[in-house]
Amino acid sequence: MTSSLCFNLATGAYFASMVLFVVYLASRINGTALLANLLAYAGLAVHTAAIGLRWYESYQAPGGVGHAPLSNLYESVVFFAWTIILIYLIIDLKYRQRAVGAFVVPFAFVAMIWAQLRLNDSIEPLVPALQSNWLTYHVITCFLGYAAFAVACGVSIMYLIKIGKEEKTPSNNPAGGVLSIFPSTKILDDINYKAIMIGFPLLSLGIITGAAWANYAWGTYWSWDPKETWSLIVWFIYAAFLHARFTRGWVGRKAAWLSIIGFCATIFCYLGVNLILSGLHSYGG
Amino acid sequence: MREKKNPIDALWDFFCSLRLTIVTLILLAVTSIIGTVIQQNLSPEEYLQEYSEGTYKLLDSLQFFDMYHSWWFLALLGVFSLNLIACSLKRFPRVWKAATEPVLIADDSLFQTFSNVDEHLVSGSVDDVKNRMETFLRQRFAGPIVTEKDGVVHLFSQKMPYARFGVYVTHLSILIIFIGAIIGSLWGYKAYVNIVEGSTESRVWPRGSNAPIDLGFSVRCDEFSVSFYEGSDRPKEFKSLLTVIDDGKVITERRPVIVNDPLSYKGITFYQSSYGTTGDTLLKIKATLKSTGETVDLTVRQGQQVALPGGASMRVLNFAPSFQNFGPGARLEVVDAGGNRTSFLVLKAFPGFDAQRNTDYSFTLSDFQQRYYTGLLVAKDPGVWVVWLGCTLMVVGSMVAFFLSHRRIWVTIQPIGKKVGVKIGGAAHRNQPGFELFFDELKKNLKSELGS
Repeated sequence: MTSSLCFNLATGAYFASMVLFVVYLASRINGTALLANLLAYAGLAVHTAAIGLRWYESYQAPGGVGHAPLSNLYESVVFFAWTIILIYLIIDLKYRQRAVGAFVVPFAFVAMIWAQLRLNDSIEPLVPALQSNWLTYHVITCFLGYAAFAVACGVSIMYLIKIGKEEKTPSNNPAGGVLSIFPSTKILDDINYKAIMIGFPLLSLGIITGAAWANYAWGTYWSWDPKETWSLIVWFIYAAFLHARFTRGWVGRKAAWLSIIGFCATIFCYLGVNLILSGLHSYGG
Repeated sequence: MREKKNPIDALWDFFCSLRLTIVTLILLAVTSIIGTVIQQNLSPEEYLQEYSEGTYKLLDSLQFFDMYHSWWFLALLGVFSLNLIACSLKRFPRVWKAATEPVLIADDSLFQTFSNVDEHLVSGSVDDVKNRMETFLRQRFAGPIVTEKDGVVHLFSQKMPYARFGVYVTHLSILIIFIGAIIGSLWGYKAYVNIVEGSTESRVWPRGSNAPIDLGFSVRCDEFSVSFYEGSDRPKEFKSLLTVIDDGKVITERRPVIVNDPLSYKGITFYQSSYGTTGDTLLKIKATLKSTGETVDLTVRQGQQVALPGGASMRVLNFAPSFQNFGPGARLEVVDAGGNRTSFLVLKAFPGFDAQRNTDYSFTLSDFQQRYYTGLLVAKDPGVWVVWLGCTLMVVGSMVAFFLSHRRIWVTIQPIGKKVGVKIGGAAHRNQPGFELFFDELKKNLKSELGS
């Protein structure tokens, strides 16, 4: 068993899970959703094993290059997919709203297939700036936060689809068809809020561990480099989202849009900054 | 007709508004993008290569080239802070009261506001029921405060009243971080210093200034080294061995400073930042006089003239750590006793090569030592601990604010005819669904408790 074989298996499991979720939306047969979820669990298990194996393999390579597999673009994308599935399954345990899977598992699948097909998966030794325990804390907290935002974005899309349909049809006639298996708008709104409530402290912690690390490595905890600034932009957006919930007129639709915009900013912070802008954070980009 | 507010009240209301918070946060998010698209703090020449003069002047007047320190961005942060302070001040007294001076007696109007209530009619005395309810609450929730008034017994229990302060701790933490940042920018500095191996420096040069800062002690670089991963040009470690000397006394000797492991002394921290070589290279050259076989080991600098056995002399014309593709090599010049000059190349990788020349001497380059200088970033930031305090409070505060809730339960026990009426109601300041589940469980337990 090698880590790359396991990563391929996990990608396959997520693909099958995603297809079954779509089948579930179309057919509304509960069994397919259950199977889709089981595949997501299986994928997560294999995925976890793959990350562990890659970690182990890095220590087997000559030259003392062993390190946690969180150091370049490939490893981070793969870890991002892992956190998305993890956060989805945690929220699923609580809410048991299977249709949500159809809008969240694809994020993980797209990340995995991109990593497997297009990114460089060789294990590289760490340059001096990355040789720090802060790397692990920083990456884990950031990506758990990002994953929670991914889930929030997925349910926000569902919310907008559902509310759009409901507002067109008379109120005493609930939306039929595919939408009937969507959770109610109230629940979708609640999951959106809960996911961001999980993600926001994690993002804060991610920014703080990043600042602590920068202070150790570069002698300054904040230098307004594009990556730092974008993480703060994301933080501002979700802070606005959380406060918007206490203000009338900013719930529902506007909250869903803020959540989607927040996730777009998150993705830009993660990938756009490395691929488009320049700065200190250009590792493996 | 609406009463006209006086300007101070209007201003207060403006800064207390949550709408202002949302607008400010979104404005901060949007304007922050500018500084990630336009590179910050370059020289005018560099900007003029990218922008036309008109555009440059416009962007410069808007302070877009150092926007995070521009008056308008700082003003936005100021409004954000004032808003945060005003909102907190406005709401805090009420919350403080709710947490520290709980309403011990729930009357009917308060009961009507609860969405979680239950009622029972049981036999026995009021006193007996009171004792049973006290034990019940202590076991299932928290020890109650008992108040008796007009023959009616009231119990009040609460958990985690401090959960209400989480949001204020979070707000305070942001202000503390700002204060830390201000302290750092007023009384701290970032400077650079290059120290050649073997030499000592006691002054550093702050960014954007020609006047050096005196450290009050000195730092010696004993050695600098850079290592690479096997078979690749990826650096593995940049390491300086630094010695701190204060008032003639050695404080720390040959302390390794690597990236991610700086050296701190008297509030000043030295970070491994860059390195380079001085032009000064020491070469170890072995010279052999072929006629006698006499061999001498020479250690020479570039350009330095040294005598050879047999009356001739030699000097190094130039040296390269990588001579084309042949590795380290030096061009030597020999002047014989008659004043004839010959120059030739010796390569470290081919030590036997020079012996084949038909001359009086043969040379090998056995080793060379480049002198490095280490580039250190020198930072003094007395505000950094304030920032970390703020960060810690932010994490703790937001965890409390998001995941804990102040839960309260009131019980009223009063005689109703020959029986005793028990009324129980509860409320949580957040996470209502979670509290509802808890209360339903409590109701079930209460039923079996009072039924038995």
